[in-house]
Amino acid sequence: MIHIQDLHKSYQMGSSSLHVLKGINLQINEGELVAIMGSSGSGKSTLLNILGMLDSGDSGSYTLDNTLIKNLDETKAAKYRNKFLGFVFQSFNLINYKNALENVALPLYYQGFSRKDRLKKALDYLEKVGLKKWATHLPNELSGGQKQRVAIARSLATEPKVLLADEPTGALDSKTSKEVMQLIQNINNEGKTILVVTHETDIANMCKRIVHLKDGVIVEDKKVNQVIL
Amino acid sequence: MFSRDRWNEIFETISKNRLRTFLSGFTVALGIFIFVILFGFGNGLKNSFQKFFLDDATNTFFLYPGKTSKPYRGFKSNRRIEFKNDDLTDIKENFPFFLEYITPRITRGALVKYKSESNNYTTRAVAPSHQFAEKTIIMEGRYINQRDIQLKKKYVVIGRLVKNDLFGSENPIGKYIDLSNNNYKVIGVFQDDGGDNEERLIYLPYTTRQQLEKSNDKIDRMIVAFKPELGHAGAMTFESKLYTFLKDKHNIAPDDENGIYIRNRADQLKQNQQFASILQLIVTFVGLGTLLAGIIGISNIMVYVVKERTKELGIRKALGATPKSVIGMILHESIFITTLTGFAGLILGVTVLNFFGDRLKDFFILDPYINTGTAIFATFLLILFGAIAGYIPAKRAAKIKPIVALRDE
Repeated sequence: MIHIQDLHKSYQMGSSSLHVLKGINLQINEGELVAIMGSSGSGKSTLLNILGMLDSGDSGSYTLDNTLIKNLDETKAAKYRNKFLGFVFQSFNLINYKNALENVALPLYYQGFSRKDRLKKALDYLEKVGLKKWATHLPNELSGGQKQRVAIARSLATEPKVLLADEPTGALDSKTSKEVMQLIQNINNEGKTILVVTHETDIANMCKRIVHLKDGVIVEDKKVNQVIL
Repeated sequence: MFSRDRWNEIFETISKNRLRTFLSGFTVALGIFIFVILFGFGNGLKNSFQKFFLDDATNTFFLYPGKTSKPYRGFKSNRRIEFKNDDLTDIKENFPFFLEYITPRITRGALVKYKSESNNYTTRAVAPSHQFAEKTIIMEGRYINQRDIQLKKKYVVIGRLVKNDLFGSENPIGKYIDLSNNNYKVIGVFQDDGGDNEERLIYLPYTTRQQLEKSNDKIDRMIVAFKPELGHAGAMTFESKLYTFLKDKHNIAPDDENGIYIRNRADQLKQNQQFASILQLIVTFVGLGTLLAGIIGISNIMVYVVKERTKELGIRKALGATPKSVIGMILHESIFITTLTGFAGLILGVTVLNFFGDRLKDFFILDPYINTGTAIFATFLLILFGAIAGYIPAKRAAKIKPIVALRDE
């Protein structure tokens, strides 16, 4: 599903340049649940941004679902993101003046679904994350866990190939963290490929495979016994 | 661009971001409103000016007799010139091609009495065509006619304020007033746009005045009107020919400037028109200034709006919005709001202007108005600049990577 070969990335910091990714090789197959771990500055966020086409690498290749992702202009990147990827962010990033249902329906708007169809589909996904009753609530009327579940429903609505979660439990307490991870496991069990960026070991252990990054290189890549919630 | 979905999205955004909508809408509405009001007041000022200065007929010369300053044809210098009735007939006979009408004007002060009321007024002894020269408007009765002149009738036409002073609410027509111890019959009441002084005048036939003054045939001064179709150049030719003719007739040296004076209203008209166009220039300048302030206002708001939405735009982009759709959305929204509120401000401004009418007469603002073309042009200008001001930051926002926008807390 995802194939990365010899990926390099550096940032220009004034006169000096910061080499963040120093040759990453990564192969992720369909249906995997992968945790990307590393301390801050290890390059894990940069890797995720490149995977999410929010940023691009300097050299090396990135293939997603047999499509080479290269030299994307903004319009094309937007199209690919919409088609291939679902995002879950640490800070949820819901649009605060839209209610839960409208937030979930928004990516479908950009896919050109009619209003009726996208609201119906959005409601299905809200039901899937157990928030059908909260459909008409605004984000500020929801708890952190509920917000993240809405965000997950939103990321699933477009039926993406890959779900990218950047510290999905970073802003949540341990109980709601578990609920969210359980949801992610369930989605994975239905066959969705999911990448979770985290720095918490117990969250990583709820995944099926852990990729450990340090100073821009993969230092460890192992299958683990998943902690089923 | 015009899909129902897009509109739904816009309406939703507008209705859920009231402050933002209000700010940008209010700026445009206020900008247009103030523009309309100021421009309208400027036009009102111009109206007052026209009324005050361009009141009388403008195709006239005033001829005054003076004193010669040079000896000529055996006459000594310092001789007083007087116009007489034959001057009127001579001009009529010699200049039919140029002449529209001619009237004498003999001005005298007089104590006027009616019953217990009395007051001092200026009287003008004139011919019927004087009515055109002064643009006198008859309110009741009639003006002096040719028959009154021939029969030397003791008739007077009194100004509106004379009537108010002497008669109050009484109907003056057919009543007799005592004018310097002679009885005159009031045959008409007039009004004049030239102001209060003009409405405190009393007109009578010039022949009546001459009879009263020992049956002489002297006239103080003459007002000569040329045919308007002659234009400025024709008027100038007429003026110099007339001047030469009268000098010759009254034995004044051709190079003596003091025997007869000519005041040319056509020249005055030109000056007044220049002043009016300067006034117009000031009005335009004020209007442009207001508009510029409005444009700066809406530009600031748009920059703020886009800045405020940076994160939302980042989210939308992460969810698959193309840069084009992001820019389109912002522009669509801003144009919709500014158009709606711009025209609301326009209508409100025009309504207020109409309400003022002549209520601000005392401040020299008369019937303020704005022509529809100017107002709509100004509104479109503001909408256009609102869109441009929104487009630049929107384009920048659409360009930045979603990840940067999302970090922007």
